[in-house]
Amino acid sequence: MRRRTVTNWGNYPIVEAAFTETSRQSEIAALIGGSDEITIRGNGRSYGDASLGDNILSTLRLNKFLDLDLEKGEIECESGVLFSDILDVIVPRGFFLPVTPGTKFITVGGAIGADVHGKNHHKEGGFASHVISFDLVDETGVVRRCSPNENAALFWQTCGGMGLTGLILRARFRLQPIETAFIDQNSIKSANIDAVMKQFADNSSSTYSVAWLDCTARGKSLGRSILQLGEHTKLADLPRQYSADPLRLPPKSGPSIPFNAPAFALNPLTIKSFNTLYFNRQLSERKTSIVHFDPFFYPLDGIRDWNRLYGRNGFVQYQFVLPLDKSEGVVEILEKISRSGEGSPLAVLKLFGKPHPNSFMSFPMEGFTLALDFKVNEKVFGLLDELDEIVMKNNGRIYLAKDARMKPNVFQRGYNDIVPSGRFTSAQAKRLRNTS
Amino acid sequence: MAKTLLLLGGRSDIGLACAHEFAAQGFDIILAARSAEELQTSVKDIEIRHGVKAFAAEFDAEDTAAHCDFYTSLTAKPDVVLYSIGSLGDQKVSENNWSEAEKVISSNYTGAVSIVSIVANDLESRNEGTIIGISSVAGERGRQSNYIYGSAKAGFTTFLAGLRHRLAKTKVNVITVKPGFVETKMTAEMELPKPLTASPERVAKAVYKAYLSRKHTLYSLGIWRQIMFVVRSVPEQIFLKTKL
Repeated sequence: MRRRTVTNWGNYPIVEAAFTETSRQSEIAALIGGSDEITIRGNGRSYGDASLGDNILSTLRLNKFLDLDLEKGEIECESGVLFSDILDVIVPRGFFLPVTPGTKFITVGGAIGADVHGKNHHKEGGFASHVISFDLVDETGVVRRCSPNENAALFWQTCGGMGLTGLILRARFRLQPIETAFIDQNSIKSANIDAVMKQFADNSSSTYSVAWLDCTARGKSLGRSILQLGEHTKLADLPRQYSADPLRLPPKSGPSIPFNAPAFALNPLTIKSFNTLYFNRQLSERKTSIVHFDPFFYPLDGIRDWNRLYGRNGFVQYQFVLPLDKSEGVVEILEKISRSGEGSPLAVLKLFGKPHPNSFMSFPMEGFTLALDFKVNEKVFGLLDELDEIVMKNNGRIYLAKDARMKPNVFQRGYNDIVPSGRFTSAQAKRLRNTS
Repeated sequence: MAKTLLLLGGRSDIGLACAHEFAAQGFDIILAARSAEELQTSVKDIEIRHGVKAFAAEFDAEDTAAHCDFYTSLTAKPDVVLYSIGSLGDQKVSENNWSEAEKVISSNYTGAVSIVSIVANDLESRNEGTIIGISSVAGERGRQSNYIYGSAKAGFTTFLAGLRHRLAKTKVNVITVKPGFVETKMTAEMELPKPLTASPERVAKAVYKAYLSRKHTLYSLGIWRQIMFVVRSVPEQIFLKTKL
């Protein structure tokens, strides 16, 4: 078997693994049945050590579209199909993904395994809420159809279960109709964290909402932000310059970062000036514009391989959520990050809505979630452990799709851990269950 | 009316990538391979992705007696025909086992000659169309590591060259594609040097461009033209001492 080095988007950690990629169901079943341990992997866009292991089975060759029902607004495809490919197919036909995270380079299987969320979580919940059914190869190699009505327990264990229940072969899910490929964007400047939190509450009727937050600002400016709200643009509201092709796709591929940046590229000074620049780019309190969906949802996908900016040692992304009545904990964490000077150029703040009542494996809970990057160095892990203490104290949890380092007790406090760690495993699963 | 691409070798990674590339440009697609039923997923995938018509047809390169019926019963007469069949086989096994060697030769060469000749006669009488054959750089010089496969590809390359010569006075173009290393099922277990290895999608883009510009020979990646020039130029006495 071929071995190769494998790493996820954070370039940390890196493993040596036996790696198999196949489109044949018989080979998949045989490999699963014949392995003591196996790790399911999609496009490797989780940040940490989920989907890493000694024996990796990739779904990327399960890349076929199986059905597109334009009447019902439903699509069925194999689990290795990327969101970017789905957008290419559905946007020109007047549909959009029901839920999308900040990158389109994830697989459908990964979207279900992490129950990914997006800027519309407060309205639409996680991706899994829109899944009609999927076919799962379990550890005996048997294929089982799972839906909220059929094998329901297995269905909900798999949604957010990080690939530990089996391999999803194919899935069917609902789409949302759109009239144009554009977004009415409304940007609101907030002077600090209290102001932006209030803005989220005041704008809960917006379809999409997310705030870009300058986590190097201190004192009275702590948490100064730009809140972005969005609605799908109606055809009647589309400016004439776009009306010839209202459902257009974005141009392919932007600039890329060709190599790992030297270690000094991201230090407190460069980070701070970058943030000031970003924040000051918008001078007025409120700004409205019509933008294409691609820069609205996927601003970083425009710079291919941006993760290389963090240099060879890689980075970790830290994303936590606290219950709504513990929102002051977010301020405490922000202060700590701001003092440390270790934070990334930008942080992302979002107010989640109520999760689906059955999605008990998933990360989101009603309350604020904050996500930011930390370049890997010797100080960072100690700092993150301290942040974890504040998260635990406030009954919050850490997002597994981002995590590379939390300790087992933090995981056990945050999640209902009911997925058995059997044949399907990962470096993350072993770390969090202390079984490695 | 939409043009049609006939892909002989409907399961080949390079062939399928080409089918997607041509479909993205508006071509209807006929995928032909053994057990056509298994091609249905690819047919549906092409239709959904590109909004074109796609079909599956039963075709066995080694069953030359059936080739004529196969071609005449096609739902649409193709404008572009791509031959992308050819098993690599196992060189060591082929050296001692004629049936293994024969499989390599018939899929890469004799089967190709049979069906492509039928296609060529049709396109010649219509005075239009393009024939694209996926050959290999392996056909440029016999090497101990894969000379059964290499010799079959050499035969195919020479056949395509002759066919191109014959059809030069018509509007029919013949393109010989010589891929170097490509990441496919065929090479899944090999360690390939990254700078010399192309993805099937990259080969497909180059093939479509070659079709548009009516090229005759396409190396993919281009660097292989230089590499094979060197490989061909090494004097035999020195070549025999290498492990290639």
